[in-house]
Amino acid sequence: MDNILSIVTFIPAVAAAILALFLRGEDEAAQRNAKYVALFATSITFLVSLGIYFEFDPANTGFQFVEEAEWLIGLKYKMGVDGISVLFVMLTTFVMPLTILASWNVTSRVKEYMIAFLLLETLMLGVFMALDLVLFYLFFEAGLIPMFLIIGIWGGANRIYASFKFFLYTFLGSVLMLVAMVAMFADAGTTDIETLMTHTFASNSFDVLGIHVVGGMQTLMFLAFFASFAVKMPMWPVHTWLPDAHVQAPTAGSVVLAAILLKMGGYGFLRFSLPMFPVGSEVMTDLVLWMSAIAIVYTSLVALVQEDMKKLIAYSSVAHMGFVTMGIFSANQQGIDGAIFQMLSHGFISAALFLIVGVIYDRMHTRDISAYGGLVIRMPAYALVFMFFTMGNVGLPGTSGFVGEFLTLMGAFQKNTWVAAIATTGVIFSACYALWLYRRVVFGDMIKAGLKTITDMSMRERVIFAPLVVMTILLGVYPAVVTDIIGPSTEALVANFNQSLAAADLTPATQTVSH
Amino acid sequence: METILLFAPLVGAILCGFGYKYIGEKAAMWTATGMLFLSAFLSWISFLTFDGVTQHIEVLRWIESGSLSTSWGIRLDRLTTIMLIVITTVSSLVHLYSFGYMDKDPQWKEGESYKPRFFAYLSFFTFAMLMLVTSDNLVQMFFGWEGVGVASYLLIGFYYRKPTANAAAIKAFVVNRVGDFGFALGIFGLFFLTDSINFNDVFAAAPKLAETQLTFLWTEWNAANLLAFLLFVGAMGKSAQLFLHTWLPDAMEGPTPVSALIHAATMVTAGVFLVCRMSPLMEFAPEAMAFVTVVGASTAFFAATVGLVQTDIKRVIAYSTCSQLGYMFVAAGVGMYSAAMFHLLTHAFFKALLFLGAGSVINAMHHEQEMTEYGGLRKKIPFTYWSMMIGTLAITGVGIPLTHIGFAGFLSKDAIIESAYAGGSGYGFWLLVVAAAMTSFYSWRLMFLTFFGKARGDKHTHDHAHESPITMLIPLGVLSVGAVLAGMLWYGSFFGHADQVGKFYGIPVAEASAHGETSDHGEDTGHGEPAADDGHGEVAAEGEHHYVFAGKPGEGGLYFGKDNTVLDDAHAAPVWVKVSPFVAMLGGLLMAIWFYIINPSLPGRLATAQKPLYLFFKNKWYFDELYNVIFVKPALAIGRFLWKRGDGGTIDGFLNGVAMGVVPFFTRLAGRAQTGFIFTYAFWMVLGIAALVTWMSIGGGAH
Repeated sequence: MDNILSIVTFIPAVAAAILALFLRGEDEAAQRNAKYVALFATSITFLVSLGIYFEFDPANTGFQFVEEAEWLIGLKYKMGVDGISVLFVMLTTFVMPLTILASWNVTSRVKEYMIAFLLLETLMLGVFMALDLVLFYLFFEAGLIPMFLIIGIWGGANRIYASFKFFLYTFLGSVLMLVAMVAMFADAGTTDIETLMTHTFASNSFDVLGIHVVGGMQTLMFLAFFASFAVKMPMWPVHTWLPDAHVQAPTAGSVVLAAILLKMGGYGFLRFSLPMFPVGSEVMTDLVLWMSAIAIVYTSLVALVQEDMKKLIAYSSVAHMGFVTMGIFSANQQGIDGAIFQMLSHGFISAALFLIVGVIYDRMHTRDISAYGGLVIRMPAYALVFMFFTMGNVGLPGTSGFVGEFLTLMGAFQKNTWVAAIATTGVIFSACYALWLYRRVVFGDMIKAGLKTITDMSMRERVIFAPLVVMTILLGVYPAVVTDIIGPSTEALVANFNQSLAAADLTPATQTVSH
Repeated sequence: METILLFAPLVGAILCGFGYKYIGEKAAMWTATGMLFLSAFLSWISFLTFDGVTQHIEVLRWIESGSLSTSWGIRLDRLTTIMLIVITTVSSLVHLYSFGYMDKDPQWKEGESYKPRFFAYLSFFTFAMLMLVTSDNLVQMFFGWEGVGVASYLLIGFYYRKPTANAAAIKAFVVNRVGDFGFALGIFGLFFLTDSINFNDVFAAAPKLAETQLTFLWTEWNAANLLAFLLFVGAMGKSAQLFLHTWLPDAMEGPTPVSALIHAATMVTAGVFLVCRMSPLMEFAPEAMAFVTVVGASTAFFAATVGLVQTDIKRVIAYSTCSQLGYMFVAAGVGMYSAAMFHLLTHAFFKALLFLGAGSVINAMHHEQEMTEYGGLRKKIPFTYWSMMIGTLAITGVGIPLTHIGFAGFLSKDAIIESAYAGGSGYGFWLLVVAAAMTSFYSWRLMFLTFFGKARGDKHTHDHAHESPITMLIPLGVLSVGAVLAGMLWYGSFFGHADQVGKFYGIPVAEASAHGETSDHGEDTGHGEPAADDGHGEVAAEGEHHYVFAGKPGEGGLYFGKDNTVLDDAHAAPVWVKVSPFVAMLGGLLMAIWFYIINPSLPGRLATAQKPLYLFFKNKWYFDELYNVIFVKPALAIGRFLWKRGDGGTIDGFLNGVAMGVVPFFTRLAGRAQTGFIFTYAFWMVLGIAALVTWMSIGGGAH
């Protein structure tokens, strides 16, 4: 299959088109059909994408499965994956069927709902595969729309505010990126990402409006991309859209948002910022590292005092993404491996945590922590799953959460011990908020009258969690399934980064040692 | 064989925890227990047949990233085998004991299935603990380290209906995480400097670390000292040393078998094990070791003072544990790691015995834990009484002074106190002697209040006090044997002459001539007899031969630096030093007799007369209150401030201010979203983006 990437990308879109064109009516049968079509399409997408996983050659650090075609008005359609992107593709195809399964109880506008999710999958896959700037930008921005609709139509009471906050935040961030892309095209004369990665953008310092810009063009371009990716990530202090978006989004929307959409920011840093603007990145490293460290402590403390479960988990997500940016900008193998690992692991664990909230929200229609207590008495299976992912969230060794945190911290230590030490306090705070949440919801005696008839997880719910449990353990116990694939590519990335810096007469900062 | 003994408890935990619905409660519990006895049996074989040569067994690859390469593996040396027998022996006995103790627990309602869960947690704990001690690198150790933390969390909070149990569980986990913070930074630092976190590489690099300066936070540090210190912070958390000890007394919320296994015999000693395991690094970190000594001695003293006035039987023993761990750290801190391990071993026996004995008393008294409600139980539960008597004789250190005949604690505690003296730590030596007196006082106080005098408290409870079932008495019996013999049996191996200790641990020794020079003898340690057999008490006159340790870092189970002569110096300590712990013990005993047998009204009067001091001890030096004010409350307040003011006020305020003109406009538009207008709207947005991009590419293309 020469065009397996396109096939994988567009299966969901085709399914969406089928739903849009052929499915009529709002009755129960039509709703059921919409759900089955969506489940079937996303499952097929996953199965086909396994082909990418098994055929992928980790030793080859270039792009693989590359497809290239002329497109509209002189634009190019170019897709491909390397060790950095391939697992994000797999994460997306893996999570989507679970998302559809988690939406089984949706009753309003089911057809449109499924179309939105299917389109979203296509667009997200496109982001991770696009090898052309314009194509990337299209996928990247268009992905906003289905998410915007998912929050705005199927969300909670305050959904309009949240969806616009989400949209404006991310969209405004992208405007600057667009400007930088124009500038890149003007400089390099191509929109081909592969070529741009080897292109050296000017890095001699100059003055703009009386401000001395170290690293020149590269720094400016870096900042423009940074604006977009930092919002997506989200990094402190532009994270405030995320808790609102999560709280208002339907469960499945939160799952996709946390598991996949957030990863686009981290992926962007690895695909664009580090390889294309190494000097700019190096100039800005300290800033980003400190922002990450602050994010971890700040959002952990905020998470501690939340009263809404989803908000708490949303803040915890921001803290975990802090580890990712810290790892990436440590710019060494452990840091970047760890960052990618952390993103994948967070994809499973945060998805599971939002699903966990969804399980009891479906039953009680509230996310107030204070409305619960003693669930373990009537929901032992739920308590077990919740405990498992709580431990994953606090980074217990043996779960995937540990490997990412451990490697990013190890990477950061080599760069800046202050940042590493401050970020390491995150492991204390995460234990505080996660265990306290668990205690208030699951432990204690069952006193509240409304809970006395609550039922444990259904078979469908168990089926959703099972794969996530398996992946969390697999990645925690045998992380080689990930590191074997990303290792060579990150190694090449780090080597190129250091080479570029050397060419620009810079040495990356590290901790000093003397004998 | 090592792989089987390592994974058997995990298999037991899984079968028991998940399988009980299919095979029934009884079968599930016996499965877990059976797996543990298998594991214990194999551990003893491995201990007795160990030949001194360190083995490495790789099981599976683990975290690999660039030059970082770790795997799941087993490192089998003497240190590991000692821990293996301690863990599996106590654990299997505790499993057995739990059949009786956990039967018909009044905390649970009719029909609730809690026993398989309890056994599964116990087995899981044992697995994590085994992973910790068999680890071949620091990350796997960290896995076990946190794994036992989780098991401890689950077991402390086992009675999940009780708010106090839940609070104690979280406290234990979080305080341990504070320690882990240091541990993790230590690992990062070691990797940064040595490019590996496998023990062999780290040990080999230790001498170099002593000559390396590392910039950490605000200033430059000697790398060996800094890293040793950071790792010790981890040990402080796990082993409940001063400042990070507050979780251990609260951990008594868990069922008593848990207290015996986790919070006395095994998990809490992991910190001591870590320091001993890292002895090659520690030997090059004199300042860090001085810190270890001071913290250990202070903890031993502090915990003993608090133990004097507690009335909950389990809390007395908990503070006693805290205090005894301090002893072990002093031994390690002065460089006498084998003495620390010796006390770890004997302590596991007698402390587990005391806890299980206390559990038997609690069981007899219908789950009453206040000693003020006990009294005169000697006749009612004679077997429990006698086994606790043996435990008390062991912990207070009863034996014949200046010989090697005595209960387990007599030999190991004296070894530590002599080492503290020989190691030149006056602070350590005197605090430990004073703490020994207090240990004797509170231990006997416990015995007198519980078993002697008149029955106090509820008459009905006393009338129905009954001896525990056989499943609980067998473990008491076995542990009693250990508490009597463990010291005498292994004195030579742990604290004999250098050649005995070297043979036991697989450390090469060299013969020292009369002039004190050493000739590298490189004695083959590979074919020694099982050292347990040749360690009986005083060794026969060994003529002119005198040995010193000559291993390289990482060779054998422990490392002693070239100028570490504590072992010899301790043997040569003056007589008054050697008898001082015995005198202290006697003093404490006499005091206790006077206070609780002869003049029982005295303690109350003394408490009234010395009210401030009494309250100070009773309230555990106010650590909990202090921490609440300086950590817990501020963290919540800052969190609220950042949320409301930071996120809500500043960030959103600023950004909303910018977007103030925009958002209301869109929201007004969106009012029509319900009608489906939003689809049209979104469509225009897509078109807009497409147009923008097209313009960009065409415009750019013309360039």
